[in-house]
Amino acid sequence: MSIETISLSGRKKEVSDKKMTFWESLYLVAIVKGLFITIRHLFTRKVTVKYPEQVRERSTVYRGQHLLKRDEQGRENCTACGLCALSCPAEAITMTAAERKPEEKHLYREEKYASVYEINMLRCIFCGLCEEACPKDAIYLTESKVLVPSMYERESFIFGKDKLVMPLTQAMQNAQLNNAN
Amino acid sequence: MESSIIIEKSIFIFVIFGLTMLMAMYSTWAERKVAAWLQDRIGPNRAGPWGLLQPLADGLKLFSKEEFLPDTPNKFLFVAGPAISMSVALMTSAVIPWGDKLEMFGRTVVLQATDIDVALLYIFGVLSVGVYGIMIGGWASNNKFSLMSAMRAASQMISYEVAMGLSIIALLMMTGTLSLREIAAGQQGMNWNVFYQPVGFIIFLVCSFAETNRTPFDLAECEAELIGGYHTEYSSMRMGFYLFAEYASMFISSTILAVLYFGAYNYPGMSWAVENWGVNAANLIGFGVLFGKICFFIFFYMWVRWTIPRFRYDQLMRLGWQGLIPIAIVNIFITGIVMLWPEIMSALGM
Repeated sequence: MSIETISLSGRKKEVSDKKMTFWESLYLVAIVKGLFITIRHLFTRKVTVKYPEQVRERSTVYRGQHLLKRDEQGRENCTACGLCALSCPAEAITMTAAERKPEEKHLYREEKYASVYEINMLRCIFCGLCEEACPKDAIYLTESKVLVPSMYERESFIFGKDKLVMPLTQAMQNAQLNNAN
Repeated sequence: MESSIIIEKSIFIFVIFGLTMLMAMYSTWAERKVAAWLQDRIGPNRAGPWGLLQPLADGLKLFSKEEFLPDTPNKFLFVAGPAISMSVALMTSAVIPWGDKLEMFGRTVVLQATDIDVALLYIFGVLSVGVYGIMIGGWASNNKFSLMSAMRAASQMISYEVAMGLSIIALLMMTGTLSLREIAAGQQGMNWNVFYQPVGFIIFLVCSFAETNRTPFDLAECEAELIGGYHTEYSSMRMGFYLFAEYASMFISSTILAVLYFGAYNYPGMSWAVENWGVNAANLIGFGVLFGKICFFIFFYMWVRWTIPRFRYDQLMRLGWQGLIPIAIVNIFITGIVMLWPEIMSALGM
């Protein structure tokens, strides 16, 4: 089969510059045909959604804003191994590792933790590779409806631990739920 | 007697003025709705039920916007432009027969502001003044794109005026009158002129699109080439007046189409209705029928707008001068031959 005869959609048409007949050159038939095509859309289902009242359903693989998880005792899971940063195709994640002091045992689960953990939301493409790369179940992309709020400064799009780490109250609720189960 | 006629006519004029304004207002709403439907959208639905208060909101917005006056050589003409467009669009409604007649308070009220013998000439005369509104607006804007767009609009309107006039001549030969009332009365039952003059009707329809500056003939406003067209420099309610004038003239030209070719207020079984339900009821139905026809044509204008793309300038001129005018002239000849067929046959001794 030559490349000229291939048509994936089956609707391929040859372009021709043949001379139009008188009747065709009046365009009247073509215009009436076009009018019937447009009027058909009066009776079709509307594709738009009345947004504030009606929210379009999200896909099951939807990925929202990041969350750095805590375990059931409220300790941060992240051990600053850097695998998320390594797997990030947009290179949005940076972190600084620090060693846990004995009095901080209730704060961090492992001996190493991320003293600084930043995601540049202007770079992040919400691909979810960081989530897959994480060996400690620390980073998750939530179902949060707000991806990134609008802001004026570029600096404010760099989300630090204050915005990314799961709130302690939420970790406690999760622990209670687990105990109940 | 004299004063009662004045009162009657003034009331009628006010009603028609209000009606035209209302139709123009809701045409802007309908345009957005129809556009949305034809594009599988929902359209305005925020202001009031189904967005019915949208025209009021738009009007309020236009009134409260800043009125900007460019550094133009003639400020008077800049202000006069939209006013001319608007008054021309409203003036034509004076001669349109909105219905046959009503019997009220022992008097016969003719549903027409004025029944002049040269109504059709009057309409053409007034319509051709509409060019000035656009031309003056475009020139006084002191903006070369506005001027170019105004030139385009002027040449387009003048060219299509010729074809429009010629297409009407065949109709005049048949009806033998320039009075719109008589033309309307001559189309009783289903005796509509469109069945006798289909070619003339198509030419007239195309020319109406060109005269009202509607797509596919909206060369005066093509954003891609001429920014906003002839009203680029206009802001707030002056801009609103131009847009409003377009919708008002759309309403009027739909009315003219309905009156000239689609039987005006006539409907099948009208004489039966006059006998059984009385003059008033029958003629009020007639007014409703005319209104339905007008609404259909307004819808048709919008329907075409979302179907056919805009013409190029040379295509537009070729269609006008090499297409419509010759066809209109041939149509006149054929109408003449058909009308004189018995005489021709007898003259040839057949």
